[in-house]
Amino acid sequence: MSPTAWGWLVLGFPLAGFLVNAFGWRVMRGRTAGWIATIAIGLAFVCAIGATVSLLGHSESDREVTSSLWTYASAAGLDIKIGILVDPLSAFMILVVSGVSTLIHLYSVAYLDSDRGYSRYFAYLNFFVFSMLLLVLAGNFVLLIMGWAFVGFASYALISFWYRRETATKAGMKAFVINVIGDVGLVLATFFIFRELGSFDYLTVFREVPQHFSTNSGVLIAICLLLLVGAFAKSAQLPLHTWLPDAMEGPTPVSALIHAATMVTAGVYLIARMYVLFEQAPTAADISAFIGLATLIFAATCALAVTDLKRIIAYSTISQIGYMIVGVSIGAYAAGMFQLMTHAFFKALLFMAAGSVISAMAGTQDINRMGGLRKAMPITSKLMIIGALALAAFPFMSGFFSKDEILGYAIHRGGFYVIFAIGGYFAALLTAFYAFRIIFRVFWGKPVPEAQELEHGHLAHAPPENPLTGEEEDTDVGFPGEEHHIAERDRPMWLAMSVLGFLSIFGGVVEIPGLDNVVENFLAGSFLDSKLYENLPTVAADWGGLALGGLISIVGISLAYFAYVRRPGTTAALIRRFGPLYKLFVNKWYFDELYDAVIYRPLLAVGRFCNDVVERVVVQGIVAAAVDVVRGVGVVVRGAQSGFVRAYALLLIGGFAALGLYFLIAAH
Amino acid sequence: MTVTWYVVLSAVLFAIGAGGVLIRRSPLVILLCLELMLNAGNLALVAFSRAHGNAEGQVFALIVMVVAACEVVVGLGLIVAMYRRRLTLNVDDMRSLKG
Repeated sequence: MSPTAWGWLVLGFPLAGFLVNAFGWRVMRGRTAGWIATIAIGLAFVCAIGATVSLLGHSESDREVTSSLWTYASAAGLDIKIGILVDPLSAFMILVVSGVSTLIHLYSVAYLDSDRGYSRYFAYLNFFVFSMLLLVLAGNFVLLIMGWAFVGFASYALISFWYRRETATKAGMKAFVINVIGDVGLVLATFFIFRELGSFDYLTVFREVPQHFSTNSGVLIAICLLLLVGAFAKSAQLPLHTWLPDAMEGPTPVSALIHAATMVTAGVYLIARMYVLFEQAPTAADISAFIGLATLIFAATCALAVTDLKRIIAYSTISQIGYMIVGVSIGAYAAGMFQLMTHAFFKALLFMAAGSVISAMAGTQDINRMGGLRKAMPITSKLMIIGALALAAFPFMSGFFSKDEILGYAIHRGGFYVIFAIGGYFAALLTAFYAFRIIFRVFWGKPVPEAQELEHGHLAHAPPENPLTGEEEDTDVGFPGEEHHIAERDRPMWLAMSVLGFLSIFGGVVEIPGLDNVVENFLAGSFLDSKLYENLPTVAADWGGLALGGLISIVGISLAYFAYVRRPGTTAALIRRFGPLYKLFVNKWYFDELYDAVIYRPLLAVGRFCNDVVERVVVQGIVAAAVDVVRGVGVVVRGAQSGFVRAYALLLIGGFAALGLYFLIAAH
Repeated sequence: MTVTWYVVLSAVLFAIGAGGVLIRRSPLVILLCLELMLNAGNLALVAFSRAHGNAEGQVFALIVMVVAACEVVVGLGLIVAMYRRRLTLNVDDMRSLKG
């Protein structure tokens, strides 16, 4: 089969799974919906492998295969097809997306078991995977926007999945609003591209761009910046990042799938996909890289201070995506995409382990209330340590090869790009520290009551409450189910986490500098025209970067060990010493407060003004005046309706007489 | 004899009829006064028809008579119905049209 035939199948299976779960929920009992959804995504993964193998059968320079089902719109100058593009980049993405999604579906089969919205959950999840695959397989901008908006909706639906929890619905709205800002940017960029080049088709646009635009032409920079608005909103980069930490209100597997492994990396994919535009407008690419750098440092500092387990990992996600954005913006496309892949593995693993821990803690997410869970949760703790090691870029874990390859490339490019390496290594130190802050706080130390209970073989239960506000909740529809599931007891969760643990350790072997470079060689087919792709550091320089990164990682982990295990009072002393700085970090640099003051409150004031003045005085005034006029006239005229027939007759005759008189006088 | 006198007579008859309609309370008398007004009109029509030597006015007078007959039929019918139901024959007491 051709790569595109496989591609259509990749799209078809999740869509079918979604339809079955969305319409068949009445008849499905137990875990049926979960297994249907998992199998649908599993088949999509198999087809993604098929597409990749089939693509490898093509010659190196002929690996961009398109196919369209039908013409969506055809008018003067407008030609939009429902078409997909299968090339190494999109094949790589569908492999990662469908592969990680399969495992997370598998995990969810057990994790969401007691939830009353089980089928609804899997219908949403399948819809999300379909949309994400549509986004990466799209062959033109229109289909890209469609997938882009669909994943935004799926994200909204899943963040607000427990829809009777008020904080969750608010977080969903926040995510949706910020994502729509990004959608607007993307749509405007597409308008500009169509106006300039007259086409929505990727390959046509990429072919035309170098001839049509001079380097750094104003319009092209505008297009690239608008694309970046879309990318940053989706990938939670500064200043549009505020929705992602709040998105942790959704179920934990959702955080793993959408808000760590797949959807939030769409921005990285977009920049890599549009590399032709960004290489023609290097200024825009540099802006993007600097924002990525600012984000990765900013988010790492927040992750140091926040105490909510899921939110720490969320800030870590923002930070790691910052690395990817820097990578694809400075031209390290393969390294950026490789980081996307390894990050999907270890971040999904971290979230799954966090879900298991939260279950064991009866819903508590505050790491201040955790501790000593190592003995009670042997599997979860081991796997979470693997995930944290990969996140911290410990030597020879998967994250080690990917992150340091980006930074190595930055050094190699020289000039001011060295800044990215310096900032990146600094944040890597913070990353290693906060990754092991989680580990040492949760698994080391004195066992908390829940941990002791679990050691005696009993899973702690508490009345369900909102982890953010502490409000009590019931376990009816629209709230989390009453049963908790941990990896030690549920085979599907254990299996999914083990596979990801394996990949987190060994996922890096596909791209060892000087040894195999599988990712780089494979992706080269998508970057044939790139001037930066082949401009690679030497193997020795690569290993130099890796050695430095590994050293920093070990230092960071040691610092965390010292601060949290050897001398547990260290951080409290530091907080006292650097009070204002800690306050800045723990309040996430006051971004929410800033938006509250700059956007939310002024808009609210305008709304109040419209309500009090425009609505009350102007609109209601006009309406009231009209009513008064009609009523006043009525009062006057009503007097004539006396009911006396003779009075009517008098008016009639009087009227005629007056008319006659008028005409008589007028005739003279 | 000029047409003036006929017209004056017609106007006087019309005024008497209109006055009766306005002043009297009995529906029967009001009906009679209405007839008077119609016939005042008829007189004017015939007078002008004659003065101009044009027969159309006379045709109109005939039509008015037909209409008047119909009106009397309906009006008398109403009055008889009111009388039969022992309602007072006073137009001022019938004011359910009051708005």
